[in-house]
Amino acid sequence: MLQSNWDWRPSRKKMSRVILLNLLRFIALVFIQVFLLKNISLYGLSTPYLYILFILLLPFETPNLLLFPLAFILGLTIDAFYDTPGLHAMACVLLAFVRVLFISITVQKEGFDNEPEPTFSLMGFRWFFTYTLILTLFHHFFLFILEVFRFTEIQYTLARALLSSIFTIFLILISGLLFYKNKERK
Amino acid sequence: MRNLLIFITKYNAFFLFIIFEVTALIIYVKYNSFQKATFINSTNQVTGNLYARVDQLKSYISLREVNDSLSLENARLRGQLKASYYVDSVAKHKVNDTIYKQQYEYIDAAVINNSVNRRNNYITINKGSRAGIAKGMGVICPQGVVGKIVFVGDHFSIIQSLLHKETIISAALAGTKDLGSFTWSDNLDPHAGLLYDVSNSASPKLGEMVVTSDLSLFPAGVPIGKISNLHSKTAKGSFLNMDVTIAVDFSKLQYVYVVDNKFAAEQLGLEAQQKKDE
Repeated sequence: MLQSNWDWRPSRKKMSRVILLNLLRFIALVFIQVFLLKNISLYGLSTPYLYILFILLLPFETPNLLLFPLAFILGLTIDAFYDTPGLHAMACVLLAFVRVLFISITVQKEGFDNEPEPTFSLMGFRWFFTYTLILTLFHHFFLFILEVFRFTEIQYTLARALLSSIFTIFLILISGLLFYKNKERK
Repeated sequence: MRNLLIFITKYNAFFLFIIFEVTALIIYVKYNSFQKATFINSTNQVTGNLYARVDQLKSYISLREVNDSLSLENARLRGQLKASYYVDSVAKHKVNDTIYKQQYEYIDAAVINNSVNRRNNYITINKGSRAGIAKGMGVICPQGVVGKIVFVGDHFSIIQSLLHKETIISAALAGTKDLGSFTWSDNLDPHAGLLYDVSNSASPKLGEMVVTSDLSLFPAGVPIGKISNLHSKTAKGSFLNMDVTIAVDFSKLQYVYVVDNKFAAEQLGLEAQQKKDE
């Protein structure tokens, strides 16, 4: 049974900590994506887009009014480096929408409201894996199909999207393990 | 009105999704056709600066290799000073006040696109017809032969690499000047080539240099590789076959020289005439 000894409404101090943490995460992920992962491509097929982890890890209580602009700004930042204005922004906004749907379906208000962030350590492997899988697949397929925008290469595009998703999910799970905090949920 | 507001707040996620998605779509459609006009790309101050910094760091890491290749190249150029001139000592040309007439000119270019792992490999360089490059010119680098020009644009050219099914170069053994033909081996190894059709009377040695012959479109004596095996398994032609280790490491190619043979047009013209007469 869940014994919460702290108010689920974050205090002011906690709030600023969350904002700072997410800001740092934003900068770190953009840097990793643009200067490291942009150069990585396995056989020209699999290119990871780890930066979506930022949207994945935003706290549950993030209001939609904040979530969508954040996703949009993140996408546009990545676009600035990839020279594709609007492309990643579109994919990110879709990702945010899928996130809202997924969380509203799977997370019960009574059960999980205490959890501040949907992280690996807090939500457990099964939930986090499904969450990552569905969101990444949506984002990648949308991104790759939109980028190519041609039906003649559809097989190649789908293969690229699928292999890239696998790479990204792998990296996300690795980072989840890397920052695993042993906080008991029950 | 109140119901409408309630409806919108209830499904706010969907409406926010629509608003931002449409905004992004407008940006996508609008700016991708005028990419240069937009400020959201890498010409932007911030991203441009960051890229320049990282590039500086990268070039610093490879400084050692670049230095090595430059000094090697200097040594080669010194040795070549006279070798690239054609002796023009016919008596009546003496009024020109010159006994040497330049036959080969070298146009330097940087490799901007390259591949080594396909069956037919091409290299793109950053000079084109504006720099005087024409189709059919040979391309070399400090280590040896690279390929020949097949497509020329205003500012870029495409080289058919030595690592190509169709590339065959007239080659010779450096010591004895026995002629043969050089081609890339069948097993897609970017370091292995095959020298075939060498006359049976030749006596090649292991480790002997293979260079371009007088008959090729390159200056004579540009290295191609070293003999690594005297009896190749690949049966090609009815004379001697041998395996060759290619001198140039194509995966590290950065700068190349396009060879402009000043007499090529004359030579080709004459040879074309001879074919017409036959």
